[in-house]
Amino acid sequence: MKETDIKFLESAFKKYYFEQFNLIRVPERTSEREFGYQKFNSGMTRHISVKDDKELHLLLMQNVPSDVYCSNAYYSFPNLPMNEKDWKEADLIFDIDAKDLNLSCRTNHTLSVCNDCSEISNNSEKCLKCNSTKLEKKSVPCKNCIDASKTEVLKLSEILINDFSINKDNIQVYFSGNEGFHIYVYNTQFQQIGSRERSELVDYIMFNGAIPEKFGMKKFKPNRNSFPDFDESGWRGRFSKYVYGSKSKRSKIISELLSNGYSSFQKTLDDVSENIGAKIDPNVTMDIHRIFRLPGSINSKSGLTKIHCKNLEKFDAYIDSSFLSDDTVEVLANCPIEFKLKNKKFGPYHNEKVSIPTFAAVYMICKKLATIA
Amino acid sequence: MLSLGQDEIAKYPFLADAGQYLKDKGFTLEQFGTDPDLKELITKAYERIQVAADGKIYKSDLIGDQVSKEAALPREVFSFLLAIVLLKLSGMHTLIKRFALAEARRAEKYLEKDLANISDESKKQLAIRVIDDLFSVQIEKLDDYFVIPVSDYLKHSINFHEREWKLINRHVENGQVFLTPHETVRLIRKELGTYINAKIVNAKTPTMIPGFEDSVNKLVMLSKKFSTFTVTTGEYPPCIKHAIDILEKGENLPHSGRFMLATFLLSKGQSVQQIAPLFKNAPDYNERVTLYQLNHLAGTSGSGTQYSCPSCEKLKTQSLCFATSECEGIITPLQFGKKRK
Ligand code: SF4
Ligand SMILES: [Zn+2]
Ligand SMILES: [Zn+2]
Repeated sequence: MKETDIKFLESAFKKYYFEQFNLIRVPERTSEREFGYQKFNSGMTRHISVKDDKELHLLLMQNVPSDVYCSNAYYSFPNLPMNEKDWKEADLIFDIDAKDLNLSCRTNHTLSVCNDCSEISNNSEKCLKCNSTKLEKKSVPCKNCIDASKTEVLKLSEILINDFSINKDNIQVYFSGNEGFHIYVYNTQFQQIGSRERSELVDYIMFNGAIPEKFGMKKFKPNRNSFPDFDESGWRGRFSKYVYGSKSKRSKIISELLSNGYSSFQKTLDDVSENIGAKIDPNVTMDIHRIFRLPGSINSKSGLTKIHCKNLEKFDAYIDSSFLSDDTVEVLANCPIEFKLKNKKFGPYHNEKVSIPTFAAVYMICKKLATIA
Repeated sequence: MLSLGQDEIAKYPFLADAGQYLKDKGFTLEQFGTDPDLKELITKAYERIQVAADGKIYKSDLIGDQVSKEAALPREVFSFLLAIVLLKLSGMHTLIKRFALAEARRAEKYLEKDLANISDESKKQLAIRVIDDLFSVQIEKLDDYFVIPVSDYLKHSINFHEREWKLINRHVENGQVFLTPHETVRLIRKELGTYINAKIVNAKTPTMIPGFEDSVNKLVMLSKKFSTFTVTTGEYPPCIKHAIDILEKGENLPHSGRFMLATFLLSKGQSVQQIAPLFKNAPDYNERVTLYQLNHLAGTSGSGTQYSCPSCEKLKTQSLCFATSECEGIITPLQFGKKRK
């Protein structure tokens, strides 16, 4: 990234950190957490401990980081090297990202930015100008992506609440600041389990590894009696609702399943997992040493804030997470796709100088789709 | 500690305090070596080990759940306690392992029966308490099932690789997993074996007691059948070879052993991709978890800290060291085979 662009982003971020500090709060049990941050064009600094809001504020003002992180784990000595930290427990965390949802809209709003010549093309494998394969994929906002991610969040919450008896108040949903959601789950029986156990939870939530026997299909002498009922709880219930469609079709569908046989049933299980499993990123949930984007901080992939969604249904990612100023700046924009931020439409821009509000300029510069003119 | 009735001690003899038990019954170990009637029990104890060594479960004099004979119960307990004395005197670790395993299977049967007992509530309560006291697993009875918190379930189930134990294939409701008595006991099988094994390993070794020699000698002979482990020389130090051996046999290598092996091989320049297949045979193998853990150790993910191979001293305390003369003078396995100035 160019020096002038970095300067511009840093001053915009700094202004945010100065004016909106009320949005950035240290998490509970602050002194047991590990913090870390990244600056533009440089590596990660981690193993930091922070005492309170004031100290965090100071850190942000002094370093003007591009991204700020905080552990979901609690340690006795968060600022020591990893093997001396003395891990105590960790909140459950989940990452749901639109790019992992196999959505058909993705190709329409994904751009390829060439790392060699900066050429921007619609989602392709090779740079159309210099044939380079060093392409970075950048995606611009799309309502469908956010809606689909919300659906996954709801699937996840439903499982957490109904199967694991987790209190709704202990589940907090955040917009990630780019194209997905981060979910935190506090004060549960899972605080102290390790990554192998968390990996099992992931498979449960994603509906991975189900065997026919458990869902009614026996290998030997299969019969109708063991198939789940429409109203059953847990996965047997979700499975039957999805596969039978309605109560009245249960009998007919079971006959079909029985006549198709055991291995076909296994295939059905594997196929439906794509639809009924909640699509979370397994690596995030099983990592018990991760530092995760700090709520209230800016995501440098977009300049938007990772923000708490008090009402997920009404939450509008591209209005409610944009806190940068409206001051106009002039940029050289190369963004062939139209996008909407704070209810205003921008683009498409074809290598042209435009005067736009700071929040939109930051958005495009973060995605390498514009530079300061 | 639980206060146990006579028949309970017979079923779960590893719960008894051996010294106290003998004292309460008014016996000393020496008497077993000399008194002709009591000496018979040493033979019984030897047989109990022999059966275990053959991989079978010792058939007790207890018939079903019933107290058969007034005398049978203490004899059951004595044969167990004496078996431990014999094992300690022989010092044969392979036999201790096999014995612990067989005794665990034996106790498992009783636990399962007690859990399923619908006529005697106190038996069921005892089984529940044994499981709670020993393994901190809180189980509760709910209709025909036993339920345990999902988190507790996971801590144990991750040691199984059969798919039926995956959480997705379990009845989960209200944060709890539903299990049959059989499954409940199966879930703690490994821990039960480990518990009994530790109890024996940690027991004090008495000095030789007159009258015990014959049986001890017979045990030493018996154990020869099972010691197959030989140390060969080569590029890797004995501790590393041993760990690889265990994995190749598909046996369980403790976490500390895996840590040693992975950090050693990483330091020798092997990649995570090269190392991962080594763990394929482990009873709890899971590709995703193995890669995550290896990447974590290699410092290629998350923390960025690369972990180093533990020192020989540390490995000794973890019972992972199998030093040979070639190990002389080195302080970490990494120095093995390097010429010193
Ligand atoms: S002395 Fe060191 S290198 Fe040798 S076996 Fe023991 S731990 Fe391994
Ligand atoms: Zn190019
Ligand atoms: Zn989209």
